[in-house]
Amino acid sequence: MPLLTMSGITKSFPGVRALDGVDLDVEEGEVHCLLGQNGAGKSTLIKVLAGAHQPDGGEIAWRGERVRLPTPVSAMRLGIATIYQELDLVEHVSVAENVFLGHEIATRGLVRPRAARARTAELLARLGHPEIDPAALVGSLSAAGAQIVSMARALSHDVRLIVMDEPSAALDPDEVDNLFRIVGDLTADGVAVVYISHRLEEIRRIGDRVSVLKDGRVAARDLPARSTPTDELVARMTGRDARQVFPRRSAQDAPRAEPVLVAEGLARAGEFEPLDLELRPGEIVGLAGLVGSGRSELLETLYGARRPTAGRVLVDGRPLRPGSIPAAVRAGLGLAPEERKSQALLMLESVTRNVSVSSLPRFSRGGWLDRARERAEARSRTRELALSPDDPERPVRTFSGGNQQKAVLARWLLRGCRVLLLDEPTRGVDVGARAELYAVIRRLADSGVCVLLVSSELPEVLGLADRVLVLREGRVVHAAPSHELDEHRVLDLVMESTPE
Amino acid sequence: MNSPATATSEPGAPAPPADRPPAVRRLPLDVRHLSLIGVLAALAVVGAITKPDEFLAAENLRLVLTQASVIGVVTVGVTFVIIGGGIDLSVGAVVALASVWATTLATQDFGLGGMLLCSVLVGVGCGLVNGLLVAYGPMVPFIATLAMLASARGLALQISDGRTQVVTVDAVLDLGVKDSYVLGVPPIVLVFALVCVLGWLLLNRTTFGRRTVAVGGNPEASRLAGIAVRRQRLLLYLLSGLCCGIAAFMLVILTGSGQNTNGNLYELDAIAAAIIGGTLLSGGRGTILGSVLGVLVFTTITNLFALNNLQTDIQQIAKGAIIVAAVLVQKGRSTP
Repeated sequence: MPLLTMSGITKSFPGVRALDGVDLDVEEGEVHCLLGQNGAGKSTLIKVLAGAHQPDGGEIAWRGERVRLPTPVSAMRLGIATIYQELDLVEHVSVAENVFLGHEIATRGLVRPRAARARTAELLARLGHPEIDPAALVGSLSAAGAQIVSMARALSHDVRLIVMDEPSAALDPDEVDNLFRIVGDLTADGVAVVYISHRLEEIRRIGDRVSVLKDGRVAARDLPARSTPTDELVARMTGRDARQVFPRRSAQDAPRAEPVLVAEGLARAGEFEPLDLELRPGEIVGLAGLVGSGRSELLETLYGARRPTAGRVLVDGRPLRPGSIPAAVRAGLGLAPEERKSQALLMLESVTRNVSVSSLPRFSRGGWLDRARERAEARSRTRELALSPDDPERPVRTFSGGNQQKAVLARWLLRGCRVLLLDEPTRGVDVGARAELYAVIRRLADSGVCVLLVSSELPEVLGLADRVLVLREGRVVHAAPSHELDEHRVLDLVMESTPE
Repeated sequence: MNSPATATSEPGAPAPPADRPPAVRRLPLDVRHLSLIGVLAALAVVGAITKPDEFLAAENLRLVLTQASVIGVVTVGVTFVIIGGGIDLSVGAVVALASVWATTLATQDFGLGGMLLCSVLVGVGCGLVNGLLVAYGPMVPFIATLAMLASARGLALQISDGRTQVVTVDAVLDLGVKDSYVLGVPPIVLVFALVCVLGWLLLNRTTFGRRTVAVGGNPEASRLAGIAVRRQRLLLYLLSGLCCGIAAFMLVILTGSGQNTNGNLYELDAIAAAIIGGTLLSGGRGTILGSVLGVLVFTTITNLFALNNLQTDIQQIAKGAIIVAAVLVQKGRSTP
């Protein structure tokens, strides 16, 4: 008998049928992978399972008995824990208090912090992270550390099923290894894991069975995780063949034009050491490195969001005012930051207004906006990038991750940007939409924009960039045309002499 | 404004058949405003039933509008600050300080123009201090403006020595009497109407308004999009100070005097009016029309209670209940 059986689950939101008769069964001790593009219904399904959403129809059975999950607490009582992508931790509170949030260890209403800390230390040790101090504030931890705390919280209940929503998105390769070891330990104890990830190679490493969701329905189930060909998985997710994801590079192999952006001895104490950098029109330069290698910091320093401690940045030979974003934007720089929702988008606003926000003076005379022109120009840029649905007046929050990223790119396209800094441009973007974004980025480069690309996904850096810089602990340890590199070589360079 | 037709005439931007003109999609009145108008209508009905002769009399309606005008102008400024992600607790104290400073014997020597200028400058000056503290301090807006609340009120007391400063300038006093009415409307109400229209235009039709919404909705994204966030914050507090200066002078006209007790609890009334008008306290969303309706609802309630000889304590309770009800209604609508 399966541990969990969901059958015929339906759920509608105003205007959208998010789930349309979805079946899912999960056995004890298996890693059940859930695949699907953004908007396919994965998040809704796991929220139904977590008791956060109520289904409109369908049945949920737990060990063969029909159950209802009216609240998150009722799901937790059964032994279902969910680790969301956006971790739900309280930053200003200690690790131990977070782990036992809502089910504090207490006698007669008085909490027993020492007992909670001791128990938390046990859980952290079991998760392979005894170095995390149960008394430390969660806000002081890295993304990986916070995720371990989230997992410790799940284990602090008597958990039988853990749902993990893109747990590896914010992790470095060695942290991903640790995550997989934990998953292995859990399943050996008979705990079932529902694993959501966009990275197919991870599913191959730890998955048992795969279910694919598409448009709120099950597009495929019971696929063996290790042996189903990638092409087939992608085809099931997208409904079309998605080989050849990376666009062909332009014919001229080495751009000869004068560099647009030059960094000379640019450095920030404690983040990255002095480095030189040249970006030429039409060129995509990739920055490979671990989280914490200084790659995001370098991007933000070029952009003026951080003030360099040494060196300078020149655009067209003229030095930029250090530490001034408006100066950088005026000189033609644009940044698509790592955290799209919190750093790039005005979530309450329409796509049009998100696109126009950096170019307002263009549509105004004496501060007075020409809104018709604003709409028309924003629209022509979103058209160029094939925004879907093609309705930029809709709130940006109703668009998928890939299309939200297009809105950010359209912002810089409209600004007439000449140097595009992309920090993890495909994070949270599903496989089908990624290929489309890659094509957009390549097209921008072909039109003469220079692109500096940071990505944790090596295939992306190698497949898209013309030239790759490898960053390790704040130093450029290698620079080469991407066709001279392969994943193993870059991984070696990235990991070499790292502690542990 | 710009007709949708200009958008379609843009070369290279063909009008797709699926396009609805934006004017149809976004009605000028959203549902929240309609519900406030409904509340206003209900209050009018209550007034018409309980005091049929007095409530609907032209004199009484003029009184309601006049009372709404002073707090209304303050509320427009506060609405901008809140949409921009801040808060201004100092408005009542700044109104008091500006009204006192504008009515000292020394200032009155300069006549109407000098008094008006003084009132506006004091307001803008306080706004400048607030803005510098918040934007460049940087201090939490709540604390910075709380400090201004205390200091401005104290300075107003020091200048006036707790006495009511009677205005002796005829040009100022004339603006408050019936002869000055334009088509039966007091000049103060006209100023209020003008401030509302300008405020609406500023919020909806200018880059300043667009940046206010952006900075309030997501300051980090605005910064990374190249907006000068700190300058925008400074400007918002200057605007709020300007509104306080104008409101203070309106109060001087209305009362023929300046007192350090003027504008008592205006900060609460203005914030409450903005909130029931649909402005998000966390910033990024709000409308001038909503705030104006909020002010009118509160002023009408005050008027109804006064006409029916009810105590102010009951009136305060009713206000509190309305704030809670309005926020609950909005919450119910925003969650799917």
